[in-house]
Amino acid sequence: MPGVRRVVITGIGVFASPGKETDTFFCNLLSARSAIRRIQQWDPSNLSVQIAAEVPDYTPTDFFPLKRLDLLDRFTQFGLLAAREAVKSSGIEISDEERTRFGVVMGTGMGGAGTFDDTYYNLYAKNETRLHPFTIPKVMHNAVTSQICMEYGAQGPALAVCTACSSAGHAIGEAFHLIKFGMADIMLAGGSDAPITYGMIRSWESVRVLASGNGDPSRACRPFSADREGMVLGEGAAILVLEEWERARRRGAKVYAELAGYGLSSDAGHITQPSVTGPARAIRMALDEAGANPEDVDYINAHGTGTRLNDAVETQVIKEVFKDHARRVAISSTKSMHGHVMGATGAVELAATVMAIERGMIPPTANYTRPDPECDLDYVPNEARQQEVNVAVSNSFAFGGLNAVLLVRRFG
Amino acid sequence: MNIEDKVIEIITREQHLEDGVVKPDSTFAELGIDSLDGVNILFALEQEFKIDIPDSIAQNMRSVSQVVDALTRVIEGRDVSDLVAMAKADSSAPSS
Repeated sequence: MPGVRRVVITGIGVFASPGKETDTFFCNLLSARSAIRRIQQWDPSNLSVQIAAEVPDYTPTDFFPLKRLDLLDRFTQFGLLAAREAVKSSGIEISDEERTRFGVVMGTGMGGAGTFDDTYYNLYAKNETRLHPFTIPKVMHNAVTSQICMEYGAQGPALAVCTACSSAGHAIGEAFHLIKFGMADIMLAGGSDAPITYGMIRSWESVRVLASGNGDPSRACRPFSADREGMVLGEGAAILVLEEWERARRRGAKVYAELAGYGLSSDAGHITQPSVTGPARAIRMALDEAGANPEDVDYINAHGTGTRLNDAVETQVIKEVFKDHARRVAISSTKSMHGHVMGATGAVELAATVMAIERGMIPPTANYTRPDPECDLDYVPNEARQQEVNVAVSNSFAFGGLNAVLLVRRFG
Repeated sequence: MNIEDKVIEIITREQHLEDGVVKPDSTFAELGIDSLDGVNILFALEQEFKIDIPDSIAQNMRSVSQVVDALTRVIEGRDVSDLVAMAKADSSAPSS
């Protein structure tokens, strides 16, 4: 199609519980190794849910000078660290003339949750009358976008997207369109979240969707399995370098995959229960934009939270869109290993999806024990699968009924 | 420890500077202290001295000596109206 700008992925950065860079992250996924464990950041003893997928052994001063750190909530730190790997892996250099064509879109669900928690503890529990003046610049949901812009001198289009569990999916999709429709040439896009705070776990506990699994945390999250008990919160960030194809070609960039389709929709139904039609429309929209047929899709990285409802409904969604091909397409939920990374999860999962194309290896759904009559498709249980992946879809279906679907394709 | 020593100690700590960098006659510009840093330093001083520094004068702090002067007067309950007038004349406050 002459005149249509194509968008390719030329860099990946992941800073999450299974790995603090992309290779380790993906290798651990392929090994079906869950990063979910007892919470270490603070003492979870008086909670009924005491587990999460935390970034292990993380010391902020290993990465940031103290002065800088004063203004960085944990979610912003993760975003910056993912951005550093993404930019480095892309080998990209941005000239001064290009800075206004270079932008950032980041998704986050909870923003500076840790800073809020600490601040409100000081306010309500310790009766402090003065709160720290850096509270607002740290908690604001756009802090991570702005800090990445500042670190890289990105002066083009920049946004923070906040659509709960679909945040990163929408962020990457919007960044894709900014390039495709000519408003930018290079975008850093992804998501970051650090929701493992006492207040946040307590709040999620009350929704009754979290797996407790305190006895064996690594087995707690069992998406699509008949004995699944719920989701597990995770933290981290992932960022992709999106680049207009002609620019990437001129500099001889390594292309991981083409970002070819983006679909989004609203259920307009229930604030927490997913529908079938809303997500199905988002998947169809992504297929249409990419000019792909359902049967072209080799792999679906599912939203697959591990709750009773999500996994059954998502299975119906896939059957609705893919018809007979639903039984042939490989589907997995990597949340079984990296947890539900909230506003970052769509980016973490797209990174896994792109790596599946790159390596010809599909990461499994870990902890799968037995089939559920309501979840009767191929979920790549427990073992990675060597398989060429040419077209893949990554699903994000958020609380609030806001859906984002990304389609990536082997390039060239 | 007198007020000046305490101010220097707090600025050094909050800016993560080496001891000896902050001097009684240092300006904020010399120390690389921007408007947000200034707000943070005032917060630390308020916590330390258990006082309230009025917004009307807080926004006009540009040097160590100005901070020491204002702080001394606030602590001693003396008149700060000339500082308020100065702050009004200079409207370069942190913006949103």
